[in-house]
This record gives sequence, C-alpha cells and structure tokens, in this order.
Amino acid sequence: MRNAFCSTLVELAANPAFVFLTGDLGFQALEPLRQEMGKRFINAGVAEQNMVSVAAGLANDGLRPWVYSIAPFLYARAFEQIRNDVCLHGMPVILVGNGGGYGYGVMGSTHHAIEDYGALLSLQGMRVYLPAFDSDVREAIRYLMGAAHPAYLRLGLSEQPKWFSPPPFSAWRHVLAGRGPTIAIAGPLAGGILDALRQSDLSADVWLVSELPITELPSEFLSSLRRSNYLMVIEEHVCAGGFGQMLSHQLLLAGAAPGQFVHRTALGYVSGRYGSQRFHRAECGLDPASIMAELNRAVLA
Amino acid sequence: MDLTSELLLKARLRLLQMHFESGVGHIGGNLSCLDILMSLHHKVLRPLDKFVLSKGHSAGSLYVTLWSLGLLSDDDLKTFHKEGTRLSGHPPVRGIPEIPFATGSLGHGLSLSAGLALAKKLKGEKGRIFCLTSDGEWNEGSNWESLIFTRHNHLNVTLVVDMNGLQGFGSTSDIADLEPLAEKFRAFRIPTLEVDGHDVDAVAMALRQDGDGPAVVVAKTKKGHGVSFMEDSFEWHYLPLSRESYHQAVEQLISICATHSAALS
Repeated sequence: MRNAFCSTLVELAANPAFVFLTGDLGFQALEPLRQEMGKRFINAGVAEQNMVSVAAGLANDGLRPWVYSIAPFLYARAFEQIRNDVCLHGMPVILVGNGGGYGYGVMGSTHHAIEDYGALLSLQGMRVYLPAFDSDVREAIRYLMGAAHPAYLRLGLSEQPKWFSPPPFSAWRHVLAGRGPTIAIAGPLAGGILDALRQSDLSADVWLVSELPITELPSEFLSSLRRSNYLMVIEEHVCAGGFGQMLSHQLLLAGAAPGQFVHRTALGYVSGRYGSQRFHRAECGLDPASIMAELNRAVLA
Repeated sequence: MDLTSELLLKARLRLLQMHFESGVGHIGGNLSCLDILMSLHHKVLRPLDKFVLSKGHSAGSLYVTLWSLGLLSDDDLKTFHKEGTRLSGHPPVRGIPEIPFATGSLGHGLSLSAGLALAKKLKGEKGRIFCLTSDGEWNEGSNWESLIFTRHNHLNVTLVVDMNGLQGFGSTSDIADLEPLAEKFRAFRIPTLEVDGHDVDAVAMALRQDGDGPAVVVAKTKKGHGVSFMEDSFEWHYLPLSRESYHQAVEQLISICATHSAALS
C-alpha cells in the first residue's frame, strides 16, 4: 500500500496547507513525495514524541499535518502526545502507521502493531481507517485530507485477489453475498479469506469493515445475522479493544446478538518464535485454512 | 504597557488570594514564574506572537497575568479550581484565546511551540513563539527531542526556563543534576542568556533579543519568591495555603513593598 499511499499524496501535494512529517522512515518509498513537497516534507528525525506535538502545533495554525512512521513507533511511543496534544484539542492530525498487525513479520515483535487501533480508539474524537486494498488507500487519503478530526490510517499490504473488484471505500462493505455463516473482517487479511471462500463450496456472507469506531449497523448485515444466527469476526489485532469487541457491544445494544459468535484475533506470540506475517497469522488461526476449517465445522454442526 | 511595581504586587497578592480561596497548592512554582509571565505579557508579546506555558502547573500565574491585562475577569479568577470552572488547575483545552494548548504533563510545550513556529515559517508569517518550561522539566526526554528539532529547523522559538532549582520531591541538583543547564543549550549553538528572573526589565530585555532562530533565556528564580517562608522550600511546590500562612504572606508582601517604596522616595 505504500506506493498507492505515496502516489496519492503526490497528487495532493500542491495543497499549500498539507505538511508531511516522517520519523526518518520512507526510504525507497517516499522519495517522490519528498521531491514534490519541498520544504513541506519534514524529516523530523527519530523523535516521534516531538514529531506528534509539532504536528499538533501545525494543525493549531490551520495546516494539515500527516505524520508517518512504523505503526508502533507512533501510537505506542507518542501515545501521550496523541492523547493530549492531538485528541484533547481535536486537531485534524493524520497519523499513518505502516505495518498494521504482523506486517513487519520476522523483523520482530517491536515492529508489530497488534494493539494499535484499540489503544487509539480509547482517545477523544479519534477515528481509524483500515484500508484492505490499494484502491482503498487512495480513497481514504482523499477523504482524510479534508477531515476535521484526528485520524489513524493503518497501512499494510494489499492482498486483493485478481478476480475481485472492491466496492468503493466505506465503513461497511458487503463484499461477498452468500447463504451460510456471516463473517465480518477488518483489514487486508480479508483478501486471502475471500479467495479461499471462492475456491471452496462453502457459501458465506462476508462484510468488510474499514472505519472504526462502528457508528452504524447496516440493516442488510442485521438481516444476514438473523438468517445465519452465526457471526465470525476476524481481525489482525488483539481481542482487547478490537473490532470484535466493538461489534459485539453494538449488537448487544441493538438486541441483535447472534446465537453463535466466533472471534479470531491476534494472540501475540504463541510459540515464542518469529516468522513472516503469514507465519504469525497461522499461529493465531487467522490464516485462510484455519478460518475455512472453523467455518466448515460451523456449517456441519 | 508600563509594568509598575504596584501592578506586580497586585498580581502577586491576587495570585495568593486565588490559591488561598480555592485551597490549591503549587503556589511555589507560580510565585517563581509570575514576574517572567508579567514581563513577557506586559512588555514583550506583540499581536502576532504566541505563548505556550509548558509548566502547566503554573496556570495560576498565567490566569493572574491575563487578569492583569483585563483578559480574564475577577469573577473568572473566583472560579479557579472550582466545580464547573473553565480555569482548571492546569491550562484548559479551549475557551481562552491566549492559551493555545492545554498542558500539565511536562515536556510537551516546547514541541508544540516548535509546531507553531514551523507553521509561521511555512506560511511566511511574522511573529515569535515563546515557551516557558520549568527546570525540573528538563528531565523529560521529549524536551531534548524538541531542542534538536527547533535548532535544526532554525525555528523562531524563545525558550524561557524558570530556573528555581526545586522540583516535586527535592532539589533539581539532588534528583537529576543538569547544571550547567545554560551551557547545555549553548552546546546546541543556541544563543542563551542568563538573567535574574525577578527583574522584569532584565527579563524583558533578554526576551526582546530579536532574531529569526531559536533563543534561550535561563531565568534564575526563587520558588515562592516574595514570601520568605516559601522561598526555596520545595514543600510549597504542592502545599495549599492555610488561613494563617495566607495572611502572613500578604502582610509580608505589603510590608516589603512599603519598605521598597520608602527607600525609593
């Protein structure tokens, strides 16, 4: 998604209010943006706390700062700066975290972002955007450039199946219509699951959620739940503060809780060993094979 | 605006009254920086300039300074620290145009100031940004990040350090000795002046040093300045004023001022 991210921002670089700050990251990815933005592209060095507060100062004066780093270096290192300087003041600072979930793979746990949006969504006015495909990145960026609230954009790798054409970016998207279990997925891992479902005989009704917190429950989604009485939520994030907790809360409030609820989440480091994003997903039961096994069990039960 | 010793005394008394009536501590660090804030706001700040109070626990001094300029009312000050007030113990998020940011957790103000200065630089706008930190606040790593950034980007930020030598649980020299702090700023090649932080003319002169890059003024101050039993006593970082100590403090300030006036005449 980094190329889609960079090329879209390059298209918007002429906006004189747009300022881009990076925590010394973006090698072999953001050079075109640096070239295009000139003095409004600021490498703030390896100093994320300062960078976030500087962004709040820029936003206070009417500019539109975007702050970029490897995800945990932003949301974890500079959490208080995000809380106090950005969110308490409602500053429209856009935080961009690269490597959502286990995206940095074998680079190790310090680089993973498996509690990012749970932590950030506990803050005042924060909204989180979870593009699943490159086209989502482009649409999300165009929206965020005019947004009037703090936001976190979680970037990963687009896993869009060749046969799949994503509907326009929005909070809820009905990406696969089917008769069986209802599935709600957050983030790019939806791609592999959609592909696995297409290759199987199993019919499932699949929803993709790309904006948090959840502010609505689409009536078509509720109809799907009433019919299937089964909901599986899948996300590359820990259970605490995750999409599944938010969704189940909303469903309880709406009196629409299904009879069966399965929540597949990041589980941390199950074996204590490191590997690719695919390796960590498999350890957590987030890989398409594990998901399909669970769905088949549910259908046969 | 002329900053007379009468106005300074009036502000000091109003600060004590406000803290006493609200039963609020942090008076020591407020008294140490009141002269700096009065000097800055009455003698230095121009319409395009902005000020960020990084040592948010001195909000009382800032409120009283804004009151001395007619920007907050006496009725406003009466609500300080009380239920439903807009004058919280540390600067509030919104509602007072002269306070751009809520502060209170230390180590934020200088970076926020850098952001404000960078915005002016990118827009080609005039105006200087002033920021007041405490000395204990230089324990915070984020301040050093900000110093590096401000220096590297040649931002027009004037940092004032309220150098009272005491912090929350002891003296700065016992807890994390940073002396000589001014030399550390100079090592960043940032022009640094050291002044008596209770000499409002000297503070103003130091703050008026114009330039388009960063500058530091290390203001030597006394915690609890003006009230003998509070001076250089770290207990007064937190303690609220009892009725007895309040009256004692007021009497002392008035008598010192009377002696000073008699000597002048």
